[in-house]
Amino acid sequence: MELFTNQVLAGIATGAIYACMALAVVMIYQAIDHLNFAQGEMAMFATFISWQLMQWGVPYWASFVITLAFAFVGGVAIERILFKPLAKAPVLTNVAGFIALFAIINSSAGLIWDFTIKQYPTPFGSSPFLGSQLISTHQAGMIGVTVLLLIALYFFFQYTRIGLAMRAAASVPESARLVGINTSWMIALGWGMASAIGAIAGMLIAPVVFLEPNMMGGVLIYGFAAAVLGGLTSPFGAVVGGFLMGIFENLAGTYIPGVGNELKLPIALALIISVLVVKPAGLFGRHIVKRV
Amino acid sequence: MSAAEEVVAEGHQAVEAVPKRAMTLGTGTSLVVLAALLIVPLLVKNFIIFQMTMLLIYGLAVLALNILTGGSGQFSLGQSAFYAVGAYTSAVLMEHANLNYALTLPISAVVCFGFGYLFGKPALRLSGVYLALATFALATAMPQLLKLNFLEHWTGGVQGLVVTKPDAPFGLPMSQDTWLYYFTLLVTVAIYIFAVNLLRSRSGRAFMAIRDNEIAASAMGVDVARYKTLAFGVSAAVTGIAGSLGAIAVQFVAPDSYTITLAISLFLGMVVGGVGWLPGSFVGAAFIIFVPNMAESISKGLSGAVFGVLLFLVIYLVPHGARQIAILGQQLVGKLRKN
Repeated sequence: MELFTNQVLAGIATGAIYACMALAVVMIYQAIDHLNFAQGEMAMFATFISWQLMQWGVPYWASFVITLAFAFVGGVAIERILFKPLAKAPVLTNVAGFIALFAIINSSAGLIWDFTIKQYPTPFGSSPFLGSQLISTHQAGMIGVTVLLLIALYFFFQYTRIGLAMRAAASVPESARLVGINTSWMIALGWGMASAIGAIAGMLIAPVVFLEPNMMGGVLIYGFAAAVLGGLTSPFGAVVGGFLMGIFENLAGTYIPGVGNELKLPIALALIISVLVVKPAGLFGRHIVKRV
Repeated sequence: MSAAEEVVAEGHQAVEAVPKRAMTLGTGTSLVVLAALLIVPLLVKNFIIFQMTMLLIYGLAVLALNILTGGSGQFSLGQSAFYAVGAYTSAVLMEHANLNYALTLPISAVVCFGFGYLFGKPALRLSGVYLALATFALATAMPQLLKLNFLEHWTGGVQGLVVTKPDAPFGLPMSQDTWLYYFTLLVTVAIYIFAVNLLRSRSGRAFMAIRDNEIAASAMGVDVARYKTLAFGVSAAVTGIAGSLGAIAVQFVAPDSYTITLAISLFLGMVVGGVGWLPGSFVGAAFIIFVPNMAESISKGLSGAVFGVLLFLVIYLVPHGARQIAILGQQLVGKLRKN
């Protein structure tokens, strides 16, 4: 039993990483209706910016804030410059655009900061949390930040005018335009926010997985999976999905014999698919009824 | 963010509706292309012949994805898994059972058809992003499954298997590469004709009905579940044949040649060629084979970025892929004829 609780705790700790990323994925999905494959790379690039700032002697929190601003502006700029012209193109063409963006960011980061692994500082310290060997203060801090972020987003979407406008623009664009919402800028705003949330995720993950251009590859896949598991329409679901994903992965690695590190991912994905077969919209997703 | 059910009018479709006549080339153009494909290898070096063989092979794999996505409207990021199954089926049969390479092709088609059909069953309940994730899971699992210990006797584990390249039969005076090229061309033409006819048949019309509106299709009596799984099976079978040919051409199979990167390349090939336009598959295959090399030669350190920029250029200029160019060309020819 103790092994079980320990593994669940460790799962929650890794799950926090996935939850963060899943939150960013859901944000952009709400705004643009696509999964952005370049999300992880955008987060990685932002994390590198903050690292560079710290190398130049900027204190942690100052660089944190500057990076957030940079990521927000960068996200908006990418939408305005690269993806707005593709708004009328077929969906699959947009997906190809995300793959192109992925290649561009990954390769530029590799050229600017090279592919060596870098240490990244944590503001929370890395001593054991409440005497537990499994969760460090950094991981506890990460869980805390994720939860705070979720609450902030909830209030933003539920109680602010601009949050309401974004929701309207995403769910029924035509009617939103008729009541005077600038839907095109709402999409840009969605990109900016998703990029900023991704940057937070990147900066929190970097101390754990270390900083390098390919750091987000694995994390993004788990983030996607978590978002899909929780339901792509629900930020709350995404966070829960992230934690579940971490726990799944750890338990599969512990209890199923012959599962090495490499089979963890396929097994976790297989579990998700079995969930989806039963609940096709994810655990907390809205069921969308189609009109013929 | 209420949990209440929401009624959304059918907005934009995931995959464009392409009329079936627009899915192929005219007879005249097809014959010209075929003649070019027959003559060119006589004039160029072995390495280029090898690249043309690979072009045909990837073209087949993209064509298979096109049948699935352009035809029946289902996404797949798992094509690399079917490709791997085909490649391994051929490699194992050739190396362990000493079977003739040509005979392994139908066997891998059957094996992959079964595999794709079975995979299509649970995938029936999923669509769009969810289906993409499910197929993605298949693609990430495949290399790991091929490395499993108890299969190692057959698959060679991480090391993979070496495949012998066949000689030209009947003492024909041509190099192994040239022979393999013509063999691949023969298979490609056969499958292309099969694909064109499939999409023109009753089943093809059922695929397209499902693609354009699933609910309307089922109301008209199309057995949605049957045709969706059938599309998966056919797509997997064609991909499997491409995989077999690939294994013979490269003379080597290893788990890490069939990762998700391959599936993503095939997807890009389909988009660049034009979703739902069968001849575009080969244009797309040329893109995914030659553009990365081109990018590398422009800048070594930034090859990924150059590739990304080129890809962006292509999708800005022709968001509907090579199909758009073909349609423009056709209109131009039509105008010239009138004058």
